[in-house]
Amino acid sequence: MTTKPLLKITDLSIAFRDRKLIQHLNLTVQPGEFLAIIGENGVGKTTLIRTVTGQRKPEGGTIQFDVPAKKMRFGYVPQFRNISEEYPLSMRDFVELNLLHLRPWLTKKEHQRVTNVLTEVGIENIDNTSMGQASGGEKQKAYLAQAIVNEPRLLILDESTASLDVEAKNELMGLVKKLNQQDGLTVLFITHDLPLAKKYADQFLLIRRNGQYEEKPIDQLDTTQDIQ
Amino acid sequence: MFAWDFMQNAFIASTFIAITCGLVGVYVIAQRMSFLSHTLSEIGFAGAAFGLFTGIAPLDGMLLFTIGSSIFVGRLGTDESQRESSISAVSSLFIGLGILFLSLSNKSASYATNILFGSIIGISLQDVYQLVVLSALILISILLVYRYLNFYSYDPIGAQSQRLKTGFLSIYFLLILAVTVSIAAQIVGSLLVFILLTLPASVAQYLGNSIQKMIGISIGCALVGVWTGLYLGYLTNWPVTFFIALIEFLFYAGAYLYHRHSMH
Ligand SMILES: Nc1ncnc2c1ncn2[C@@H]1O[C@H](COP(=O)(O)OP(=O)(O)O)[C@@H](O)[C@H]1O
Ligand SMILES: [Mg+2]
Repeated sequence: MTTKPLLKITDLSIAFRDRKLIQHLNLTVQPGEFLAIIGENGVGKTTLIRTVTGQRKPEGGTIQFDVPAKKMRFGYVPQFRNISEEYPLSMRDFVELNLLHLRPWLTKKEHQRVTNVLTEVGIENIDNTSMGQASGGEKQKAYLAQAIVNEPRLLILDESTASLDVEAKNELMGLVKKLNQQDGLTVLFITHDLPLAKKYADQFLLIRRNGQYEEKPIDQLDTTQDIQ
Repeated sequence: MFAWDFMQNAFIASTFIAITCGLVGVYVIAQRMSFLSHTLSEIGFAGAAFGLFTGIAPLDGMLLFTIGSSIFVGRLGTDESQRESSISAVSSLFIGLGILFLSLSNKSASYATNILFGSIIGISLQDVYQLVVLSALILISILLVYRYLNFYSYDPIGAQSQRLKTGFLSIYFLLILAVTVSIAAQIVGSLLVFILLTLPASVAQYLGNSIQKMIGISIGCALVGVWTGLYLGYLTNWPVTFFIALIEFLFYAGAYLYHRHSMH
């Protein structure tokens, strides 16, 4: 491709004190790409994402977007959320949290935008249900809606399907694929579910426990391998 | 009852304080800081006693101590494993200090009762001004960061992943909490600030499912509590704090039962 990459990672190293995770990673992500980031628990997938989004500094190397990092609009569904059964906010209010500005109230246009994303992910009919009472799949849809309410260019999903049954998994991934294909949203999808990655992604980045990695088109992913 | 200046003063002061506590309480509950706000008020007790001892106004002593310690106390609150024991240790130290200052100040026991259990009736016009200004300051401070504080309080992990300045918001809110605890203690006393700070907000959490609704319910419960409490205190000469506590308890019990019922 000749377009400018949306994300360019050069010689990136990530470590916690003496524990080395990722070493000398080079990676480019094109606009509209659907990249699966695969690896066993503990290889540093979440830490890689936290580094890419600027929540922590890399131990070496650089991360560049096609716009200044501060201006990069991204939506990020983190791996763990602590939403208890008693959590009061409705699905709609939960999505609205991500509309940030000094003005305390929302405009009509913003309310409409929230309605639109709720419809897009298919929870507009239960928008008044509190998050604490929603099912696992419905919660993930609300997380997704919250992440895309600002019309991001990059969507990052960290193990969003891990706790879902097969049906809910495919429903969520279908939504993400639709956003990817229709709106050209670039997707980074972290998982250790190889068949699921193969079904939806275009490219994969496989990180191994020893810090080695490979990046290839998804049809070269061997879903029967042991990814240790 | 409003023929009396002291009742007018009490009414104005408690109206502002109730609005402030109702609002701030919603965030205290969302951030699970009830325990921590209780500790802050015990530190405030030591501050008020220190005020009596050194001759500065008890409210100023309280503000000094709560603001001074708030960030340190907030730190304690974040270390999950040692949270309860370390906070209890700090509480014990400050209650001890409070008792020391009270005894050194050689004032009559009624001063101690007022600090611990509240004394809204008999508040001076000067104090009313100070409380109104402090309340207004808190309300404005929250309005300035309203949407950011909402995200941080109701979805801290999401807020952090969208690069919100959560460290700043945490300290900012701790300072707001310190001032709120100090002014709440002027009505219900430093040992009972949760009556206004956490009970109305807990009711709101049971009944509301949006932040706006919860703020409305919480402020409403706090206002009804202090107004009715003042009125019944005026009629009966029993302590206002007792009536406020009773009313907030009834609200809480009602909301709790309703919540349980509607869940199952
Ligand atoms: N803040 C931290 N301090 C020290 N070690 C950490 C920290 N965060 C993660 N780690 C360690 O880094 C490794 C990779 O973690 P993580 O990125 O969460 O892995 P993954 O998402 O691939 O399961 C783990 O061994 C984890 O214990
Ligand atoms: Mg992870």
